Amino acid sequence: MDNVVHIKVSKINFFYGKTHVLKNISMDIYKNKVTAIIGPSGCGKSTFIRLFNRMNDLISNTRVEGHIYLDGEDILLPKTDVVNLRRKVGMVFQKPNPFPKSIFRNISYGLEVNNIKDRKFIEERIIESLKKAALWEEVKDRLNDNALMLSGGQQQRLCIARCLTVEPEVILFDEPCASLDPISTKKIEELITELKKNYTIVIVTHNMQQAARVSDYTAFLYLGELIEYGTTEKLFTVPENPKTEEYLSGKFG
Amino acid sequence: MKKNRMSQKIGFFVISLCLIATLFFMGTILYFITVRGIRAISWEFLTKPPSGGMTEGGVAPAIVGTIYLTIGAILFALPLGLACAIYLTEYTPKNIIVKILRVSINNLAGVPSVVFGLFGMAVFVKFFNFGVSILSGCLTLGILILPGIISTSQEALTAIPQSLREASLALGASKWQTIKKIVLPSSLPGILTGVILSIGRAAGETAPIMFTAAVFYMRGYPNSIFSEVMALPYHIYGLMTEGTSPEKQTQIAYGCALILMFFVLLISAIAIYFRHKQRRIQHG
Repeated sequence: MDNVVHIKVSKINFFYGKTHVLKNISMDIYKNKVTAIIGPSGCGKSTFIRLFNRMNDLISNTRVEGHIYLDGEDILLPKTDVVNLRRKVGMVFQKPNPFPKSIFRNISYGLEVNNIKDRKFIEERIIESLKKAALWEEVKDRLNDNALMLSGGQQQRLCIARCLTVEPEVILFDEPCASLDPISTKKIEELITELKKNYTIVIVTHNMQQAARVSDYTAFLYLGELIEYGTTEKLFTVPENPKTEEYLSGKFG
Repeated sequence: MKKNRMSQKIGFFVISLCLIATLFFMGTILYFITVRGIRAISWEFLTKPPSGGMTEGGVAPAIVGTIYLTIGAILFALPLGLACAIYLTEYTPKNIIVKILRVSINNLAGVPSVVFGLFGMAVFVKFFNFGVSILSGCLTLGILILPGIISTSQEALTAIPQSLREASLALGASKWQTIKKIVLPSSLPGILTGVILSIGRAAGETAPIMFTAAVFYMRGYPNSIFSEVMALPYHIYGLMTEGTSPEKQTQIAYGCALILMFFVLLISAIAIYFRHKQRRIQHG
């Protein structure tokens, strides 16, 4: 196996006020693989991946213990440059959230905030990102239209393209298809499979079929605990933990 | 069933009656001021200073003065109020102290304007020794409209969905970049609404400028921010309470009222145009 550990999660505990949301989670996330996090609603999946780009910093009254190493560096240290971290770890959210600007400005934004002004470079990077996000053909003639005119599925692919412009190493998907129709969902899933060649991908989903379709590894979270983690093939066919089997067979969720 | 339909009919009737009554009052004000004021309006009225002991000539210095005072008040209150609103919504945790601050600011908006006038006289005219001047008047009016600007800006900022802030931060934008490039442009229509309301208020208030900036009559035009100034609302007040020729003066007062109304409507229209344009850009 040529698996390289990209993110190492070590003994993570997370508290929201007095509520213990994540309990002693340790796991390795491999480079250029898709890792799915599954589990019933409220089990802490989103909270968990929002640690990887320190998005939980925005919520007051939270506390985290433990370590997350990205390329061997602990990103949870107070001295971590979160702006820099978020350039390395991109995120696509549950609801498409394009800026109320043109399609072009949406995608150039990531470069703009990095003080890149070279017009030609920006244009090239935008085209490249849109192509990678399988959106180029649909929007190439209307880059100056408002992004909010796009359909939900197109908006979500725009958000993926926007995330690609800053050339992250890791992309976090937080239930990216939760608000999309089946056809848009299929497009995003194909895209994720394509993207893993160049990026490490972590996807949160409550859709087990989706996890089975797109991921190489799957982690099952239940009530803040990591119940089982392994290759998707093994977890879905011969789960070790009876809880996992119960969840997969739809006994609760 | 029949009873329900009956009470619904009565309900609609009462509501529409209220609307008609409101429209009636607004219509009468507009009609009354226009009819009485239009007779006074002429090119001379708009461009010449008063003469003949306030009974002849125009009111140009008062128009100019009101424009100065209003613009000055906005220039002072908008940056300050916007900065406060940004600080309160973006940089402070949502705790009890911020809530108290918010309520206090809203309460400040209810303080009678004459109190602001007294405050302006004590602080700007006397303590800072700016004298009765455009500067003192602008600062006093600015403080008067500050609470309104802060609370409307705060509302506009909190209305921006958190998901947009997260999208920006997740791309490696700093907090300040996020505020400057995403939050502020998106909340501009709401902020402009606050500015529109404030312009109307600043242009029309009499009490705050009475002790701080305005004079009933002056020769020529103000030549610095330390000059005294004539202003339309105070001019109306003066025309109606002093002088020797009440009939002629009343006529001029209505003319001033019409100009004041037109001035506020004009500025509002400009602001509404920009707000509309901005909304169109945002919502496609």
